[in-house]
Amino acid sequence: MTSKDAAVKPAEPSRRDILYVATGVAAAGAVAGVAWPLIAQMNPDASTLALASTEVDLSAIPEGQIVTVKWRGKPVFVRHRTPAEIKAAEDVPLTELPDPEPDAKRVHKPQWLVVVGVCTHLGCIPTGKEGEFNGWFCPCHGSVYDLSGRIRSGPAPTNLEVPPYAFIAENKIKIG
Amino acid sequence: MEGHSQYTPKSGFARWLERRLPILSFVHDSFVAYPTPKNLNYMWVFGAILSFMLVAQIVTGVVLAMHYTPETTLAFDSVEKIMRDVNWGPILRYAHANGASMFFLAVYIHIFRGMYYGSYKEPREVLWILGVIIFMLMMATGFLGYVLPWGQMSFWAATVITNLFSAIPVVGTSITTWLLGGYSVDNPTLNRFYALHYLVPFIIVAIVILHVWALHVTGQNNPSGVEVKDIKKETVPFTPYATLKDSVGIVAFLVVYSWLTFFVPNYLGHPDNYIEANPLVTPPHIVPEWYFLPFYAILRAIPNKLLGVIALFSSILITAALPWLDTSKVKSAVYRPLFRKEFWVFLAVCIGLGYLGAQPAEGAYLWFARVFSAYYFLHFLVILPILGKIEKPEPVPESIEAAIVRGEASHV
Repeated sequence: MTSKDAAVKPAEPSRRDILYVATGVAAAGAVAGVAWPLIAQMNPDASTLALASTEVDLSAIPEGQIVTVKWRGKPVFVRHRTPAEIKAAEDVPLTELPDPEPDAKRVHKPQWLVVVGVCTHLGCIPTGKEGEFNGWFCPCHGSVYDLSGRIRSGPAPTNLEVPPYAFIAENKIKIG
Repeated sequence: MEGHSQYTPKSGFARWLERRLPILSFVHDSFVAYPTPKNLNYMWVFGAILSFMLVAQIVTGVVLAMHYTPETTLAFDSVEKIMRDVNWGPILRYAHANGASMFFLAVYIHIFRGMYYGSYKEPREVLWILGVIIFMLMMATGFLGYVLPWGQMSFWAATVITNLFSAIPVVGTSITTWLLGGYSVDNPTLNRFYALHYLVPFIIVAIVILHVWALHVTGQNNPSGVEVKDIKKETVPFTPYATLKDSVGIVAFLVVYSWLTFFVPNYLGHPDNYIEANPLVTPPHIVPEWYFLPFYAILRAIPNKLLGVIALFSSILITAALPWLDTSKVKSAVYRPLFRKEFWVFLAVCIGLGYLGAQPAEGAYLWFARVFSAYYFLHFLVILPILGKIEKPEPVPESIEAAIVRGEASHV
């Protein structure tokens, strides 16, 4: 297209312009199509996804004890709470909590607390029956969790995660 | 810059090659005739030392890779095998591990040299930014390599660092899962860290070539901070002058490196890393390698997870903006009475942060870490911009030659 033509018909795209844009779009699509598998291969593979559930027999856990089981490569704390511990967890006013959540919403049955044992700060494993509230204490950066696994002080932003789980029998849960 | 002597091919083969690929004249112009300011002091040998360390790390790394197995059940044992069975294995491994420390020691001196003499200022901004990129790639490589022995510190360093990305709102957890290849640090993580630990050093080599290229376009800065005016009078050819001076520096550096490697090989290491990785037990006190401690202190100083992570990354990235944050027209601290003092305060703050990064994050340590972190950012964002405006610099010499005659800015 000469400059004279352009002056006559300024806004009219030529067949060549359309070809340019179409080629560019096709090339961008091809690049994205090639990049996709290269990026997606880094996500969890089929064997990692297959390990996504774990069963726990609760009858072996006496009152007051915490048992750690492995789920998706992470520890999960199963805590058999005593009546006093349940009362302490339930009696906390929500206004005192950085991440307010009532105890009842974090358990299926009050005596069984099931939480992912990974500090929500930077992923360390908190130590049980330690810290101000006798819940958990993270040795890495000093986060303190209570008897419901809720964050009370320290740098962690949220409560210990409650994994998806269900009672598949009176004394058996399936996590994941 | 124009060199001291022109290359003329002497042999028939050299003439033949020169017409097809002028690599001989390129090497001659870059490393023989290349003019270096004649007032450079020993702070200028660290570029050569860093080149040496990069080669040393690649050579020792490649041979270690011949004996290492990147699989969670075998990795720790394969490192023990290197220590017990492989010929010269312990020396090769200690040379590589301490080589990382020496590499960082040299790069920190190199960076602070640049800060003291204003080497980042016009026209060397691109040179400086390439340096910041190299530094960040070095940190990535150091971290990736530290995970490979699969000890307790390896595992928990990998956990903490990859979890930094989980602070990103909305997509953070997905990014962490993508980086790990699972829901926690495991075999896919180790495998990809090994692949990347092998790859990134060669990317560093590529950026180093750009860094040296940019350096050879602008020419080196020098202790007076005054640009070269007369190549004949104010510079000497790279070979033999800089080559030999750099060699002296490398030998002195090797004395320290050898002492660490041969006499106290575990001095800078952490004993917990001789315990195999256990995903169910976190060591009571997690500390990174010494060269990450100042940044770790900044991360922990801030009680909010997202802001802590932002502060950590900002503390590194902010150095790339240094050419524009420092408003003084005078390059060298030699002629800047206030900046000269501020430089040492800033250095002390950085070393202080390093000390605090190794202490538990509680009580007075935490408060000092907060004050020092605040000062770190104030230095870049407030002090440097204002200092350039209010400071009255001492008279800057007209030329390097004049600086030498005045007896200034030549020795450290």
